[in-house]
Amino acid sequence: MKQRSTRIRLIGLGAVAVLGLAACGGDDSASEDNVADEATEEAVEETASGTGNDCTAGKTLAEGKLTIATGNPAYEPWVVGDAPESKEGFEAAVAYGVAEEMGFTDENIVWVRTGFDEAIQPGAKNFDFNLQQFSITEERKATVSFSDPYYSTNQALVGFADSAIAGATSVSELKGAKFGAQAGTTSLDFITKVIQPTAEPFVYDDNAAAKAALEAKQIDAIVVDLPTAFYISAVEIEGSKVIGQFPLSDQVAADNFGMVFDLDNPLVECVNVALGRMRDLTYELVSIEETWLSGYTGAPVISLD
Amino acid sequence: MALGLHRRAGHQPRLTQRQQHERRQRRRSSLIAAASTLVVLVAVVVLVPRMPRWDRVKQSFFDVEQMQDSFPRLLDAFWLDVKIFAWTTPAIFVVALLVALARNSRSPAMFPLRALAAAYTDVMRGVPVILWIYLVGFGVPGLGLERPYNSPLLWGSVALAMTYSGYVAEVFRAGIDSVHESQRAAARSLGLSGAQTMRFVVLPQAVRRVVPPLLNDLVSLQKDVALVSLIGPIEILRQAGIDKSKFANFTPFVVAAVIFLSVTIPLTRLTDYLWHRERRRTSGSRVAA
Repeated sequence: MKQRSTRIRLIGLGAVAVLGLAACGGDDSASEDNVADEATEEAVEETASGTGNDCTAGKTLAEGKLTIATGNPAYEPWVVGDAPESKEGFEAAVAYGVAEEMGFTDENIVWVRTGFDEAIQPGAKNFDFNLQQFSITEERKATVSFSDPYYSTNQALVGFADSAIAGATSVSELKGAKFGAQAGTTSLDFITKVIQPTAEPFVYDDNAAAKAALEAKQIDAIVVDLPTAFYISAVEIEGSKVIGQFPLSDQVAADNFGMVFDLDNPLVECVNVALGRMRDLTYELVSIEETWLSGYTGAPVISLD
Repeated sequence: MALGLHRRAGHQPRLTQRQQHERRQRRRSSLIAAASTLVVLVAVVVLVPRMPRWDRVKQSFFDVEQMQDSFPRLLDAFWLDVKIFAWTTPAIFVVALLVALARNSRSPAMFPLRALAAAYTDVMRGVPVILWIYLVGFGVPGLGLERPYNSPLLWGSVALAMTYSGYVAEVFRAGIDSVHESQRAAARSLGLSGAQTMRFVVLPQAVRRVVPPLLNDLVSLQKDVALVSLIGPIEILRQAGIDKSKFANFTPFVVAAVIFLSVTIPLTRLTDYLWHRERRRTSGSRVAA
């Protein structure tokens, strides 16, 4: 915020309106004007560094800045304490890792918040990329672009330790249970396509509502990705546990998390290069995973028959 | 009225000068109405598709294949809305009438009841429906109720009935207040008790007067039923949201809107009709624009 206000003073009154538009996630023409204004600013502080590399030049929403979006609120273990600026949590660390690979220093990173659903709808975006456990799916690719996956996971079941299905070892034992999931997620698809319970699942806007329903015993279990399942059971709902995780199969592909971009945003290439380096060259991705997600993977497997 | 009867009788085919003038006026206004409607329609039909990104909007909102794909699922989900509506409406009317009667009680000893009824309408109307739905839908079952008594459908409906009975109670109260005091006086002088006066004299007149605003509240309830989906049940709007996310296309919402309209438009037309009838019955003839 401080960054932005000094910049506004720099550029002068005329540009203020333009910047204001851009800050509101305005349309293309506004951000083009913005780029032009920024270019003059670049000339002023020619030696400025940490504002991206050759690849990212001219491709970010605000020149020299990387605008990253996450959930509102963002959940652990992905972002610790709903404060991505702290770099704590898996996705916060990945975001800063990618930004660093692309040559952005911390002060040139701007965080914004979006809902889960709104980020994968058609329309102008107010971020360069958005990460909040978006699974990469073919249907979504029609409206937004995805980076390469930065994490792969599978679906898991969270319920109370004393519930009737707490000891389930196969999907056939789950048919009579009542399930809940977040609307528009791959978890909901998983319930209807793979578990196929006799009762229609309940659907919630977010995991907070799903948790409330679990606590009210309106549902027996919620389906979420494995790390989230561990976090919910360990921290958020007392007495709950990860009943099990579902194996991958022909029927069930891994849930690959990718960063979401506006459709055909050229910045995707730069981010993919950065992710590739973090995966294969610096092994930073593995070490971030170990730091934030270790202990989030060992749960009994529930067979799919 | 008298003129119309006269004409229908058909004894005098020759129209008076005034009738001729009125007929000309009527023709003129329907012509103007038709012309202006045509202009608006042409503007929409011709100009909108010429907008630069109409293709994208059309694909996102009016995808015919998506419509056909979503329609059966949405209609199925709409049935749940209809059911919730059907069982909350009687509850709303009963609670609202009781609250309205409590507010209109006149005995000094009933003051606490009056105060309670006033507080009820104030709180119910002052707090957003969404909060009531979360609070009652998750909160009450969270106290430790067992299935099926912790059903979100049950408690979501209770929350709707609570808020709407607040609104409807005020409508009833307005109706009761609108009955002239002389009616009560007359009834009492005939030897009816206070309760009998309310039951046989005031309420029949009051309810008849407030039918249009009551229907108005029902139209609004019909849409707010969708809020129950916030606590789990998949009704039409939620189903549309799921389809929207899955196919990254807004067409399911358009289909849902059409399904809603197919119910609310007849309902609003009925409201209008009743309103006009009531107006004709109680006030003078209409003044032209």
